Amino acid sequence: MKLGVLALQGAFREHAEVFGGLGADVVEVRRPEHLDALDALVLPGGESTTMSKLLVTSGLLEPLQRRLSDGLAVLGTCAGLILLASGVGGARPDQRWYSAIDVTVDRNAYGRQLDSFEADLDITALAPGGPFPGVFIRAPVITSVGPQVTVLVTHEGLAVAVRQGRAVGLTFHPELSGDQRIHQWFLREVVQDDLSRRTA
Amino acid sequence: MTENRTTGTARVKRGLAEMLRGGVIMDVVDADQAKIAEDAGAVAVMALERVPSDIRRDGGVARMSDPALIEAIKAAVSIPVMAKCRIGHFAEAQVLQSLGVDYVDESEVLTPADREHHVDKWAFTVPFVCGATSLGEALRRISEGACMIRSKGEAGTGDVVEAVYHLRTILGDIRKLTVADEPGLFVAAKEHRAPYDLIKEVAERGELPVPMFCAGGIATPADASLVMQLGAQAVFVGSGIFKASDPASRAKAIVEATTHYADAAIVAKVSRGLGEAMRGDDARTVAVKLAERGW
Repeated sequence: MKLGVLALQGAFREHAEVFGGLGADVVEVRRPEHLDALDALVLPGGESTTMSKLLVTSGLLEPLQRRLSDGLAVLGTCAGLILLASGVGGARPDQRWYSAIDVTVDRNAYGRQLDSFEADLDITALAPGGPFPGVFIRAPVITSVGPQVTVLVTHEGLAVAVRQGRAVGLTFHPELSGDQRIHQWFLREVVQDDLSRRTA
Repeated sequence: MTENRTTGTARVKRGLAEMLRGGVIMDVVDADQAKIAEDAGAVAVMALERVPSDIRRDGGVARMSDPALIEAIKAAVSIPVMAKCRIGHFAEAQVLQSLGVDYVDESEVLTPADREHHVDKWAFTVPFVCGATSLGEALRRISEGACMIRSKGEAGTGDVVEAVYHLRTILGDIRKLTVADEPGLFVAAKEHRAPYDLIKEVAERGELPVPMFCAGGIATPADASLVMQLGAQAVFVGSGIFKASDPASRAKAIVEATTHYADAAIVAKVSRGLGEAMRGDDARTVAVKLAERGW
């Protein structure tokens, strides 16, 4: 199973380490040819404005759009979710996003770094084992959820994990938590499920 | 609303540093420069009154910036804003925290306020970055609560030689720890004047427990590629951008070279036609060695 991690900027190494440890063949994606033959892709946290620009300059913007339209399994965390959203509040005029998940998000809506926080999350919809340590860093807030979207996890009444088809978006950072249950869930329920359906 | 939130944890403070990896943090002195930096793809800006090369030229005591300037820069951009306090000047750090900056740089570029103590960074919710020239200095700063280390280089010179020296020194010393035996780690703690527990942690992980970025003398896309290939995880560019003839193009080129640091063809492509780099000074010839500040 070949899993790409967009490695233009941000916390891509942590995702690569977790998925590598779970047995995925991890590829760092910096150029269009790195998208070839991927079974899944991770869009990591980082600065969404920077990533958006680097997607354009590296020539990845259109090829990645095509892979997402074809239904590539994708996990976006924080800035990665912003890239997958269908509308972005507080975005720069030249910022790009893919509309792979029908949610609107507000950038940095919890405030600045002083307001970044940890909180226990109820992830019983995804995995047993008790509360999940949620790490929210200058996190976006999901402000509206379309009819095709499943809300997987909420915190303080707000959706913090959502899914539409094979696209999953989180406003928090499971890769910084030391807890692999969400990565395992993504591989099992989104990536493997899709692979077994395709080979059946 | 906030009953189930814990702020200011080490994980949250180090987490923002993780988000900046592979990016470029640019020194800016006003809102216009901050916008140019954000337009170019900077992951964060450092708000200060004068870039290091001007601090060198002007002499005198260099202090924390005017809060009005920091607020204007915060209002101009959506990316994280950092600001500098003097070494040991915890009151300046308190002011910066109250202004809501995203990271405080306890920086040798400003004139130190204390000849013995650094700021107790555990006492703050805002995360800190500190400079280091050696592994021992990096670990002392981490033991005081720093959540990001930047190798110092020699700020304001545009000469990358000291940045390379400090990076190689720190990473070389880390490599030595990974092959040391247990008695050797006790000796290393003594020689590096660093806590044994941190020495042990570095020996096991083969890297610092916090991200290490590079600063001090980066002036070209190839400079950024060089320090990233040596093992820096992101770069700070100070005078190198806004002392060049075409700051916007140079800033954008350094951003691309930092992402594609291992791809010489891309570094070559973005290096074309950038105009004059900052003139710079041979780091051996400057009268004040900023990197020597810090204890």
